Amino acid sequence: MHTDNQEVLRFENVGKSFFGNQVLKDISFSLEKGKILGLVGENGAGKSTMMKILFSMDDIRETGGYEGAIYLDGVRLDFNNPMDAINAGVGMVHQEFSLIPGFTATENILLNREFTKRSVISKAFRGKLDTLDRRRMHLSAQEVIELLGVNLDPDMFVSNMPVGHKQFVEISREVNRENVKVLIFDEPTAVLTESEAQVLLHALRTLADRGVAIIFISHRLQEIIDVCDSVIVLRDGELVKDVRKEEGYSVVQLAKWMVGRDVESKSARREKGLDNADDIVMDIRNLWVNMAGELVDDVNLSIRRGEFLGVGGLAGQGKLGIPNGIMGLAEAGGTVLYDGKPFALNSPKAALDLKLAFVSEDRRGFGLLLDEPVYWNVTFSSMQVLNKYLKRYLGVRLRDDKEMRETTREYINSLEIRCVSEKQKVRELSGGNQQKVCLARAFDLEPELLFVSEPTRGIDIGAKSLVLQALKSYNEDKGVTIVMVSSELEELRSICDRIAIICDGKVAGILSADEDSEKFGLLMSGLRSDKESA
Amino acid sequence: MSKKLDFKVLFMKNIVPVIFLLMTAIMMPFSGYSGKFLVQEIVTRLGRDTFLVLALLIPLMAGMGINFGLGLGAMASQIALVFVTDWHVTGVSGVLLAMLISTPISLVFGLFGGYLLNNAKGREMITSYVLGFFMLGAYQIIVLFGMGSIIPIGDEGLLLSRGFGIRNTIMLDGVAGSFDTLLDRLFGFRVQIADIGIPVVTILVVALLCLLTWWFRRTKLGQEIRAVGQDMGVSAASGINVSRTRIISMLISTVLAGYGYIVFMQNVSVMPVYTGANTVATYAAAALLVGGATASKAGIPGVIFGVALFHLLFIVTPMAANRIFGAAEVAEYFRLFISYSIIALALVLNGWNAKKEKDRALFGHRNRGGDRINTADAQPEPATPK
Ligand SMILES: Nc1ncnc2c1ncn2[C@@H]1O[C@H](COP(=O)(O)OP(=O)(O)OP(=O)(O)O)[C@@H](O)[C@H]1O
Ligand SMILES: [Mg+2]
Repeated sequence: MHTDNQEVLRFENVGKSFFGNQVLKDISFSLEKGKILGLVGENGAGKSTMMKILFSMDDIRETGGYEGAIYLDGVRLDFNNPMDAINAGVGMVHQEFSLIPGFTATENILLNREFTKRSVISKAFRGKLDTLDRRRMHLSAQEVIELLGVNLDPDMFVSNMPVGHKQFVEISREVNRENVKVLIFDEPTAVLTESEAQVLLHALRTLADRGVAIIFISHRLQEIIDVCDSVIVLRDGELVKDVRKEEGYSVVQLAKWMVGRDVESKSARREKGLDNADDIVMDIRNLWVNMAGELVDDVNLSIRRGEFLGVGGLAGQGKLGIPNGIMGLAEAGGTVLYDGKPFALNSPKAALDLKLAFVSEDRRGFGLLLDEPVYWNVTFSSMQVLNKYLKRYLGVRLRDDKEMRETTREYINSLEIRCVSEKQKVRELSGGNQQKVCLARAFDLEPELLFVSEPTRGIDIGAKSLVLQALKSYNEDKGVTIVMVSSELEELRSICDRIAIICDGKVAGILSADEDSEKFGLLMSGLRSDKESA
Repeated sequence: MSKKLDFKVLFMKNIVPVIFLLMTAIMMPFSGYSGKFLVQEIVTRLGRDTFLVLALLIPLMAGMGINFGLGLGAMASQIALVFVTDWHVTGVSGVLLAMLISTPISLVFGLFGGYLLNNAKGREMITSYVLGFFMLGAYQIIVLFGMGSIIPIGDEGLLLSRGFGIRNTIMLDGVAGSFDTLLDRLFGFRVQIADIGIPVVTILVVALLCLLTWWFRRTKLGQEIRAVGQDMGVSAASGINVSRTRIISMLISTVLAGYGYIVFMQNVSVMPVYTGANTVATYAAAALLVGGATASKAGIPGVIFGVALFHLLFIVTPMAANRIFGAAEVAEYFRLFISYSIIALALVLNGWNAKKEKDRALFGHRNRGGDRINTADAQPEPATPK
């Protein structure tokens, strides 16, 4: 067979089914050295599965392998496990973290590839008893971190890092390998803020210029347009489009290919304003939160009953710290009144008992029980907290599985969670659909006050408005007060009544959603216009 | 804010040693012991026990829990010590020979234990208990029935009156004090500082092991063991052979525990043949926990501190109890009671955070890992568990 010497990777008629459920069909494409290939598609379209095949992950082999063939440098792949893939030069940044929390960034980046100092006895023990050369390890880690252009302390423990930094550590580890030919990035920007994402995109280009071929998966289509040399679009497991940058495409165009119809994003905002300025459901005074990378210094904020409040601001300014602090996930102090009564900080249980709920921004571990079915994940918390789904038989309380499943089916329909049935294990769902399960679980807790952090991260462009719509109807129809934290200002403006901008751990100002973007920009950068400071 | 925080965090982190320090401080005046007596006891016991407790560090690093390998190594050494006593090899050469003999036996035991634990990943604690009983049974069959019948034992004084099987307790007069008083015998006078006798060679041996442990943690293998202890999945994904690493750490620990037991015995010089291994393993685990070790974290200073504190408590409490309750026979029960309650209490305290994390997962909140955050979360909880 003839291969162009620039070609690194080629898929030929690759297909995959899980237990008779065909999730990939007849995929063929090729990738050249030093090029970035964008891979887009709806949640559950099969993107991650495709990359798992290339990386020879266990779940693919254990479910019967795949159809078709993959060629790396013209040689047909025959990997038995991810180690083979790594040795052949394929690197993958996973959608879930695989880092050791008690190790520093350096130790993680160089895990099992540590530099050592040779010693006399080293030969006899195959180098296992060489001592680590911490200095060289540090330098090497420093070097990739600088190559990526991030500001990250190589000696910091991963457990103390904000999510975005963990992501960069993970990327550094893949990049640090010597023989990388192909690097797979599965939604690396989903947990990053916009500015961090910019840094990453820049780093991708740097890597590509060094000759690495890159496959980049993202739901932020603008990123795809900005950085990729060509794009392939998956729809329901089929490759529906393979275009080069020169041929030109826009976000709208890409979205249309993905979904198969036009995607319109309409404003979800309430028609008439709320008249409730005096009805305060939660009053936050002098709140401080000790959360890695998102320190809250002194926040004063009154949340009005029934409103849809947005919380925005630049990365690292503390907007994420607020819900995490209030829900007891990060250490916090200050005075918080809930319904006029003092509210106990630092206690997740107390918060839940008061009918507060939280959907975390940390989509890599929303605390889903991965090996349990979808319905169990959706309803379990509310069973625990609200005693829902329990019925009495002869004085004994039993679980009502049928009702649990029925409720879950409703969520599956309204949020369009893509799964075989409510009994499917959450582990087998695609990343975006797992995220939707989290939302469903929060809804099922019937909260009076719901905090959602970055709810549309990792959700495809079509489903985004669906998720926002669902939030809106909870807010309007059920009267749930919602506080939504997001780094996408436009998303906030499309749905919120008021938006608080956090800067330097404090509230820089609160604006109505239809103020000029200029004013928002000023607040975010820490400058106040005269009117606001009054 | 941050100052207050650091103090609280520090306190929560060291809650176990702090509680025991307080307990000891309260008990101390009641015991009526003189300061000099206590210091002498602590010095002796530091020499005697530290080696054993250090042997626990490596399997702990590998995430294999506490307690199990130590018992195995101790059994291997009991067998070795029986032989050495039978052959009348005495002094330092007796100790060294016992170590030599114990090594292959420890390796076999360790290999066996390692393989079994590998098949019970994540359930180390319970598996090791069950396995501990099983191995004790096997050991007893060898010593109680095999020795003197299949395995030749020359010295009839070691055997039970029926002609085979080793007595319940044997005196290790031959090796007694071989390390502790080696210098004293060489110099011809007692090595002491302010009237406190110093077991110089024993302390040197312990220091050497500290050095070795410190060095080992800095090696490639040490790093692999740490990685495996923290996350087997991630380690395997980066190409570390998890099962082999775990077996290696088990082997190292068993062999070291065996040596530690011999160091221990040359000080005590009376060996309870059937119960010694278990008791010693329990005490060592308790000492480690008192020093502030958690299921995955422990360091050399913690070990030394733990041994000292544990033994102080160990000496002081029975006497204090005796004085308070006026009953001499409670002392021994009290000792066992203390060590088991220490283990239980430490496990409860350590389990506390783990449980909180689990609760959170149930309620759909992220387990954030970080030490800092964990301990901070534990703050509103009462400091004294019931
Ligand atoms: N182990 C598995 N067992 C059964 N079905 C699976 C398994 N893994 C994935 N699937 C199914 O394969 C389909 C494709 O999933 P995949 O994770 O590839 O989607 P994706 O394109 O990466 O979506 P997202 O954007 O949400 O991450 C989904 O319908 C999913 O439920
Ligand atoms: Mg995916």
